[in-house]
Amino acid sequence: MRHLLGTEGLDVDIATAVLDTADELKRTLLGREVRKLPTLRGRTVVSLFYENSTRTRVSFEIAGKWMSADVVNVSASSSSVGKGESLRDTALTLAAAGADCVVVRHPASGAAHRLAGWLEDNGTSVVNAGDGTHEHPTQALLDAATLRERLGGLAGRRVAIVGDVLHSRVARSNVHLLTTLGAEVVLIAPPTLLPVGVGAWPVTVSHDLDAELPAVDAVMMLRVQAERMHGGFFPSAREYSIAYGLSEARQRLLSEHAVVLHPGPMLRGMEIASSVADAASAAITEQVRNGVHVRMAVLYHLLAGDNTAGAADAATATRTHGGEA
Amino acid sequence: MSEILITGARLYGTGDPVDVLVADGHIAEIAAVGATAAPKSARLLRAQGRVLLPGFVDLHTHLREPGREDTETIETGSAAAALGGYTAVFAMANTDPVADNAVVVEHVWRRGREVGLVDVHPVGAVTVGLAGERLAELGTMAKSAAGVRMFSDDGHCVSDPLLMRRALEYSTALDVVVAQHAEEPRLTVGAQAHEGERASRLGYAGWPSSAEETIVARDCLLARHAGARLHVCHVSTSGTVDVLSWAKELGTDVSAEVTPHHLLLTDERLATYDPVNKVNPPLRAERDVLALRRALADGVLDCVATDHAPHAPQDKDSEWAAARPGMLGLQTALSIVVETMLRPGLLDWRGVARVMSERPAEIAGLPDQGRPLAQGEPANLVLVDPDAEWTVRGGELASIAANTPYEGMRLPAVVSATLLRGRLTSLEGKIV
Ligand SMILES: [Zn+2]
Repeated sequence: MRHLLGTEGLDVDIATAVLDTADELKRTLLGREVRKLPTLRGRTVVSLFYENSTRTRVSFEIAGKWMSADVVNVSASSSSVGKGESLRDTALTLAAAGADCVVVRHPASGAAHRLAGWLEDNGTSVVNAGDGTHEHPTQALLDAATLRERLGGLAGRRVAIVGDVLHSRVARSNVHLLTTLGAEVVLIAPPTLLPVGVGAWPVTVSHDLDAELPAVDAVMMLRVQAERMHGGFFPSAREYSIAYGLSEARQRLLSEHAVVLHPGPMLRGMEIASSVADAASAAITEQVRNGVHVRMAVLYHLLAGDNTAGAADAATATRTHGGEA
Repeated sequence: MSEILITGARLYGTGDPVDVLVADGHIAEIAAVGATAAPKSARLLRAQGRVLLPGFVDLHTHLREPGREDTETIETGSAAAALGGYTAVFAMANTDPVADNAVVVEHVWRRGREVGLVDVHPVGAVTVGLAGERLAELGTMAKSAAGVRMFSDDGHCVSDPLLMRRALEYSTALDVVVAQHAEEPRLTVGAQAHEGERASRLGYAGWPSSAEETIVARDCLLARHAGARLHVCHVSTSGTVDVLSWAKELGTDVSAEVTPHHLLLTDERLATYDPVNKVNPPLRAERDVLALRRALADGVLDCVATDHAPHAPQDKDSEWAAARPGMLGLQTALSIVVETMLRPGLLDWRGVARVMSERPAEIAGLPDQGRPLAQGEPANLVLVDPDAEWTVRGGELASIAANTPYEGMRLPAVVSATLLRGRLTSLEGKIV
């Protein structure tokens, strides 16, 4: 694996290997006082964020540091899009300065792919940490890790993705990854928040949350951005909450084993009732915890060993170096 | 003026090869090979196997001068036109300063004459500063030395229906045509690509077909009401073809153009993430492309226009959202028309002459362009080698910019020579 740009087209073996490595890393680090492996010592990871996202950036930063990589944070203003130094020049500068990997968050869809193209000759890896409304592959991987952990596997499982699918890179990445891993996906949203052409996606579509809940193994709630509420996508927050919010009453429709996910930050009360978010069925804090292990696994697969390194090699590598930390 | 004898060409690609004697800017004689009364001093242009057509007319060119001479000038754009087989181009008004007054349009027109490679007709803006708020001085521009024949806010849509009505009504006194960039701006906020499954998957905000179709439908009704002449720029959807077909049946005085890139490329190109493929209106779906080809063949679409849009590297080699829309078109237009229309049998060479020369000249009211190949007619001509092929290299095109989506593609048909009023402007890929 040279880059991680998206989950669309991500090979099932590679995805599984990353998830297995994340499991292995989680076990290795469990209960350790010093959670540091020397695996990526001497490698430099630059996080280049054109959008604010504390949780994603911190997660990558911790992941890099726990692998002993040098992590450099670059915050770039999103207003530099189209003016100031171009993304291309920034990318070439970072590569020239010795970045082994650039983790990029950018408001423009496709930005990570462009970056990878410009860095073609430099040997620098690119991780897409969210590009516009396109993809957010590590979020999908951490969601999959969490569901695997809770449900014991994804093959044949049914996952509902609820809310603003239209503007959600999390939804797009999850649709690709979950179906790749053998799960069924049902998208539940008002028609105005579903992408045009969604009929061609490998999913089913519904506008009726109550009807779907009893049959799903997991519910993934999406964030509704405040500006959408006034953008005419739906009449009011109240009406949205009534139709698509995960209330306590709706939680009771879920089967006992069903897992509730939310990528955060949550709009408690509107998207999800506070009690539901804090209930045992919710895996929201586990998502955050798994995020670090998944991102460690991604950096490992990009930067350590050769590209064919599988889960077994990764585990060996972490164990071998484990004692040195 | 010296004479040129074009020997062995086939007019409109049909019939026996003939000799065409050009003198004093006109076609002096057309006769069987070896049978003209050409003087010994006549320059000989061997044209065996070549097709002779009236010079092409482009109703939609962005020459970028004044304002962005780093991407194109009237001189380099004229060279690209001459090499592409054009003898007249219409330079869009979205320059800096905007061509919304007599001073700017006269400057563009004069500069075109000084360069002398192609007739450069400035398009005047419909509204002051292309702002869509009040009418520019259409009459003053029409009556200026530039003799503006066509008005357009291209790049922007005159979206206010009342203002569009007034523009159409006012234009009827001037015998000019109002050309609309049909795009309902409320439906294309943030739009980056054709609204469809591909854009949805890639997370690009969609440019829906209906944003074009609703404006075209509205404008056809307004033009009919005003008794005015409407021209629709760069039609991109099958729905617009339906609207035009209906409006023409009702007797509306409407004409429409299609670009070569909308005849060839689809939104499949989005998967490259490369903004060289970003254009406005966007590349559409396969079914749109097929509908546009059929409509051009049967006359619902009148002509081909390039929407030649040079851009600097820094304005294109960026993330998709930050890139400016547009692509080069003057030197590749003929080849794309041959590839998409002639080779599949949708048009013959006579049809190519209709959509690239005759109709655009009629729409713009040019008396000396797009004329029949006949004795006494002005010698605005293009000679085409129909069997030759060439490989597109953006850096080798005459434009200062190099933003061509056809980079490295092998294309059919080569322009052998272009004549403007009997004078060679391009010959075998070189400016004369
Ligand atoms: Zn336009």
